[in-house]
Amino acid sequence: MQLIYEKSRPGRRALTLDALDVPQAALPADLCRDQDAELPEMAEIDIVRHFTHLSQRNVGIDDTFYPLGSCTMKYNPKIAEVAAAQPGLAQLHPHFSSSPVYEDHCQGAYALIHELERQLAEVAGMKAASLQPIAGAHGELTGALLMAAYHQDKGNAHKDTIIIPDSAHGTNPASAIMAGFKVVEIPSDKDGTIHLDAFEKMLTDNVAGIMLTCPNTHGLFEKDVAKIAQLAHTRDALLYYDGANLNAIVGQCRPGDLGFDVMHYNLHKTFATPHGMGGPGCGPVGVGERLLPYLPGPRVVKEGDRYTLATPEKSIGRVAAFFGNFLIAVRAYAYLRHYGNEGLKEVSRNAVLNANYIHARLKGAYKSAFSARYMHECVFTASSQADKGVHAIDIAKALLDRGFHAPTIYFPLTVKECLMIEPTETESKETLDAFCDAMLEIAALVDSDPESLHAAPVNTPVGRLDEVKAARDLNCACL
Amino acid sequence: MSWIPTTEADRQAMLETIGVADIEELFSSIPAPLRMKSWDIPPGMSEMAVRDHVAALAARNQAGQVSFLGGGYYDHYIPAAVDALSGRSEFYTAYTPYQPERSQGTLQSIYEYQSAMCRLTGMEFANASLYDGGTAVFEAATMAVRITRRHRVVLHPSLNPVYRKMLLTHAANLELDIVEGDDPADAACVIVQNPSFLGTVADYTALGARCREAKALLVVSFYPVSLGLVKTPGEMGADIAIGEGQCLGMPLGFGGPYLGIMATRKDHVRKMPGRIAGETVDREGRRGFVLTLQAREQHIRRTKAMSNICSNQALCALRALIHLSLWGKDGFKELAVACHSKAEYLKKQLGFATVLNDDPTFNEFAVRLPAGARQVCAAMLEHGFVAGLPLADVGAGEPNDLLIAVTEKRSREELDAFARALENVSCS
Repeated sequence: MQLIYEKSRPGRRALTLDALDVPQAALPADLCRDQDAELPEMAEIDIVRHFTHLSQRNVGIDDTFYPLGSCTMKYNPKIAEVAAAQPGLAQLHPHFSSSPVYEDHCQGAYALIHELERQLAEVAGMKAASLQPIAGAHGELTGALLMAAYHQDKGNAHKDTIIIPDSAHGTNPASAIMAGFKVVEIPSDKDGTIHLDAFEKMLTDNVAGIMLTCPNTHGLFEKDVAKIAQLAHTRDALLYYDGANLNAIVGQCRPGDLGFDVMHYNLHKTFATPHGMGGPGCGPVGVGERLLPYLPGPRVVKEGDRYTLATPEKSIGRVAAFFGNFLIAVRAYAYLRHYGNEGLKEVSRNAVLNANYIHARLKGAYKSAFSARYMHECVFTASSQADKGVHAIDIAKALLDRGFHAPTIYFPLTVKECLMIEPTETESKETLDAFCDAMLEIAALVDSDPESLHAAPVNTPVGRLDEVKAARDLNCACL
Repeated sequence: MSWIPTTEADRQAMLETIGVADIEELFSSIPAPLRMKSWDIPPGMSEMAVRDHVAALAARNQAGQVSFLGGGYYDHYIPAAVDALSGRSEFYTAYTPYQPERSQGTLQSIYEYQSAMCRLTGMEFANASLYDGGTAVFEAATMAVRITRRHRVVLHPSLNPVYRKMLLTHAANLELDIVEGDDPADAACVIVQNPSFLGTVADYTALGARCREAKALLVVSFYPVSLGLVKTPGEMGADIAIGEGQCLGMPLGFGGPYLGIMATRKDHVRKMPGRIAGETVDREGRRGFVLTLQAREQHIRRTKAMSNICSNQALCALRALIHLSLWGKDGFKELAVACHSKAEYLKKQLGFATVLNDDPTFNEFAVRLPAGARQVCAAMLEHGFVAGLPLADVGAGEPNDLLIAVTEKRSREELDAFARALENVSCS
């Protein structure tokens, strides 16, 4: 498809402004750009068609089943969009929070922030939450900064290391490094959970914290989590909970009750805000008692019926300009208020039911990566298919041809030829059956017609793309 | 529940296929003592009740005044087609493009966005976006450290104080020596902002030359709308251009989601953080786009990644691209001219105050009023105006100093009425 710049014609216009109603001013020539930016010159209808056609070369959760493991692609309810589009929220200037003179201007927003932070903390068994972090990985960084602040405050200068499982998201080690820590990797045992003996050996006095995903990226609940927490706390090491898979346990158990000291929430995962092709997300951080004094500030506090701002005594400072991705938080708030106490428990129950159903239907055709009970996602290895020359990537592309998005295949790094499938709670049995039927058909083709799988995808806007060429002949902009 | 389609009959059939008696059995891997006992979450609400509840909260915010509040985030007009197109669910409800063949809409829009950012800034490469303007300052600082292997980061006085605070928090435990000023000696970079936080437009070409001589990088944080007129970071010799893209079609939204822009020179592209879309071909030679240079990223490189950034702001980047395309080459310049001209007009009406900017400004400027800025702003609310940002409240001025921003949305009548009211209130 043509680029928008290739559709540009000199002199064509979309928007115009009203005639200037003040004298035209000029900046001194030496402060001005030499030439106008070569932005597209197009009529509005051509712009509308361009982006409509681009959208038709994409799929979202509104189009199709999108079973990306660990990404939690659940349906994004439309009422959340209506909530966030309220002019009283969408048009609110953030600097209203910078001066007490404008405090009346944001009482509603402050009330929402305050209540959402409280409910998020309650969902996870934490003491408090802050909406500041702008994405999940930003929440991780914030959490790691909080851990660092805690140890510095306690004079634990020697605590410079964080333990991270080999199955963890890549953001965990990257965030820990950005917060100034060293990282040591702990291997998974053959069951797919943390190797407890190895953990005990690694848990030296230098360990500042442990970052865990639970259920982990193998889809398994960390069976020794209580023991890990107890051992860690004995050494004054902190426990970080990566909220990526919170969907599996929401309403069933709470990270705070399991012994975690700090965590992030991915509002776009558990609380169903749209992923927007990879962003914006929103990654609030939750803390237990130990880390409460260090939360990012300023925070919204309630004084009687009014809301105002205060900064915790030992705050790490600001990680966001204001209150994080507020309009994303509004969507999550609508979601939380709709489900409420009992509804949230149904979320995890149905997410886990759906994952186990897929596992039950596919385990005869694909080799299960682990023998333990899966939670919200199931992990297969296409190793036996790979032995016959058909790899996980071929299976993924064949699924695209059959109208489904593919599961996660590049991750976790611990499983070769991995197919990590996460259906979430918002898919019907019919959809799951159709997906399983497609997976079983593909498994049968491995023997009968493997070439058709190597050729896939053929029903997509483009065929398999040359990723090596993209990096070698780097072309990232049309200038 | 509304968003769960499973019926009781479905559930029974699924449990039978799985071979368990009930859903509880599926949670058997969570040790019983760890199961939740209770929580203090209010009961659920119908969709209709949620709608009313959020509307009531929104109504508790004050709105409706004519606004002159800026400070890095601006009340620009958002063309109708921006919402209509970016709201298409194929974009809106998609994920990071891990299967490029089915995500060409995302990938091509990112490629076109990267191109627009390069054309806007006069730089050669842009990434697929960062979180916001403040985190972009941090990412630019660490990028400069990677490139130069030096650790001193020099913050120019022009930089937004909010960005400054964010940088200090993010860099708290890194080997960064953050200093104020404009001396590039032994520095990884000098970070300037143009126009400055107080609105002054400057030419940093000479500073760029001094940076090159000292082998430091020049980082320019820019206000995208100003680039309809103002000399680009590229023309000034910047090595890294960063910016807050809120003004390109993002609602103010009380702080986000916003858009972090980053562009750089060819030499530095492999040290740039974040996602990047690149052009390639499929097996039949058809043009297509993929995420590229992924070896820099956290999911491959883990502890050695350029940054921990996983998500970008793809939807916001799409909004910026659509916004810029709707204005187009001539329209975007006219937009900048309108903002600048209206601000200049207002500036001339404020003879009773002292303009604090010695040099030219774009669409925002600071004044010293005859009375306290906070008191003046409170009184101006009664006249229907949000008068601006009292600078002392953000640690950027004296109690009488006020930062005033003007966008294309302000009419001459509003400017005249505002000037009269501000004079009355300040001088009474």
